[in-house]
Amino acid sequence: MEFQSILSAASGGHGLAVNPWAAVAYLVAGVLFILALRGLSSPATAQAGNRFGMAGMLIAVVTTLLTHAPATADGLLDTIGLVEILVAIGIGAVIGIVMARRIAMTAMPQLVAAFHSLVGLAAVAVAAAAYLNPTAFGIADAAGEIFTVSRIEMGLGIAIGAITFSGSVIAFLKLNGNMSGSPIMLPARHVINLGTLAAIIGLVAYFTVDQSPWVFWTVTGLSFAIGFLLIIPIGGADMPVVVSMLNSYSGWAAAAMGFTLGNTAMIITGALVGSSGAILSYIMCRAMNRSFISVIAGGFGADDSGGGAGGSKEQRPWKPGSAEDAAFLMSQAENVIIVPGYGMAVAQAQHALREMADQLKKEGVNVKYAIHPVAGRMPGHMNVLLAEANVPYDEVFELEDINGEFAQADVAFVIGANDVTNPAAKTDKTSPIYGMPVLDVEKAKTVLFVKRSMGGVGYAGVDNDVFYMDQTMMLLGDAKKMADDIVKALSGSGH
Amino acid sequence: MDFIAIFSIFVLACFVGYFVVWSVTPALHTPLMSVTNAISSVIIVGALIASAAAGSASSKWLGLAAVVMASINIFGGFAVTARMLAMYKKKER
Repeated sequence: MEFQSILSAASGGHGLAVNPWAAVAYLVAGVLFILALRGLSSPATAQAGNRFGMAGMLIAVVTTLLTHAPATADGLLDTIGLVEILVAIGIGAVIGIVMARRIAMTAMPQLVAAFHSLVGLAAVAVAAAAYLNPTAFGIADAAGEIFTVSRIEMGLGIAIGAITFSGSVIAFLKLNGNMSGSPIMLPARHVINLGTLAAIIGLVAYFTVDQSPWVFWTVTGLSFAIGFLLIIPIGGADMPVVVSMLNSYSGWAAAAMGFTLGNTAMIITGALVGSSGAILSYIMCRAMNRSFISVIAGGFGADDSGGGAGGSKEQRPWKPGSAEDAAFLMSQAENVIIVPGYGMAVAQAQHALREMADQLKKEGVNVKYAIHPVAGRMPGHMNVLLAEANVPYDEVFELEDINGEFAQADVAFVIGANDVTNPAAKTDKTSPIYGMPVLDVEKAKTVLFVKRSMGGVGYAGVDNDVFYMDQTMMLLGDAKKMADDIVKALSGSGH
Repeated sequence: MDFIAIFSIFVLACFVGYFVVWSVTPALHTPLMSVTNAISSVIIVGALIASAAAGSASSKWLGLAAVVMASINIFGGFAVTARMLAMYKKKER
């Protein structure tokens, strides 16, 4: 009794009149979400963390269904209304689970972008529903006037939600290849973007004094437009930053709606997801040595026509090698570090690569994997691709942890990566990738570099000095075929 | 709850988020994104309130649409995270 009265005293005034036990349940859900993220500090605890997340969501949904069950005019449970809601959840569940089961791990960035767009659109729908029926959300007085603070929260919620939606749709289309990855530059785009942004902020401010529909729907429309305009000039190489940034926005959208409803589970989640996305964007920017502002301003790769640093295309000598040479060199080695890049995943070479590593381990070679933060198409993507190929996670190392070991390595085996191994990032101030952290493969005694041909260059369009070093052997060909051939050569020579 | 109380929770949760996310191992950054995706669909709470409320048919249908979208995310997000995490294995010794 005592507890109830304390809680009800604390919950008066803003948002819905919350049942004190419901308030506690939402808080528990919020704490479970914190534990879900906490679990991800190690692969050993991550699965338990995911289950905490599911439990938190179940608590939040059941609590809401119990406290806000659809009611008929005479106060009884509206069974049809409840069935409609359960059917809606069921439809979502089927679609979601089928998508989650079918998706290829290489397509994970697209899936995440698609999911972000749904969070954004759901936030828009909820904000619009709250605008159309404010008394049901407890944010209006008897005359139907929405509280001022709720108008700001709602305006921000719908703006962030709409930006998340349209931005994620563009990110999805670019990642999925339905839309060219190259930046699309509108003339005067900075003026248009800043103007639109200023208009949104101005209208959200005006919404506090005038709750007319035109203000609300104009904010919605402009926000959809700005999400679209912000992402189209950003190139494919910068998509990891964009996906992380949209992750952050989807969190802030949830937080804004949490303020409207005075719901702690939503606020805690919004803050967690918002910080998570912001930190991931920061990590990705740092890994590419790009400032967040320059990514958002867009256009990386648009000035590729310059052809990178030197420009002078003199033929430099390089040493070709065969799968048999590579197999021999690696089987004689003590330490081999494998450097996989996205090209390896595109060629679907991860299983062949793991077989190669297994063969080498059988011959007593110490094998490790070195992962650059931008090796995949989203943060941590390469780790997932290797895990899918049954590479044990304790053989996989991040850049900072393994860079010192290249000097002791007999062989650095680079497959499907290029820019992330380019020493020009450390030495050549004129290089477009100067300052980007790179893997020091050139310090290994021998570098085996698997590459489709000598012509192609990486995303940044820069030549790599590693190709022409004395200790480098170029293994030209398809990554999967090369890995398969090395496996064959290894098993042939072994026994 | 009054605005300041909610705002305090929000600010403190941002700090918790900051420290918790930095402690996530980089190897699990992709599952981090998919699980944050799933939990940000807690917005379903707002969708359920809108679906259950009487008084506005358009508000109700927007709510139901949001319930479908958020459910796709919740079930899809947790399922795909579980699928990824199941693949992370330690070296057999």
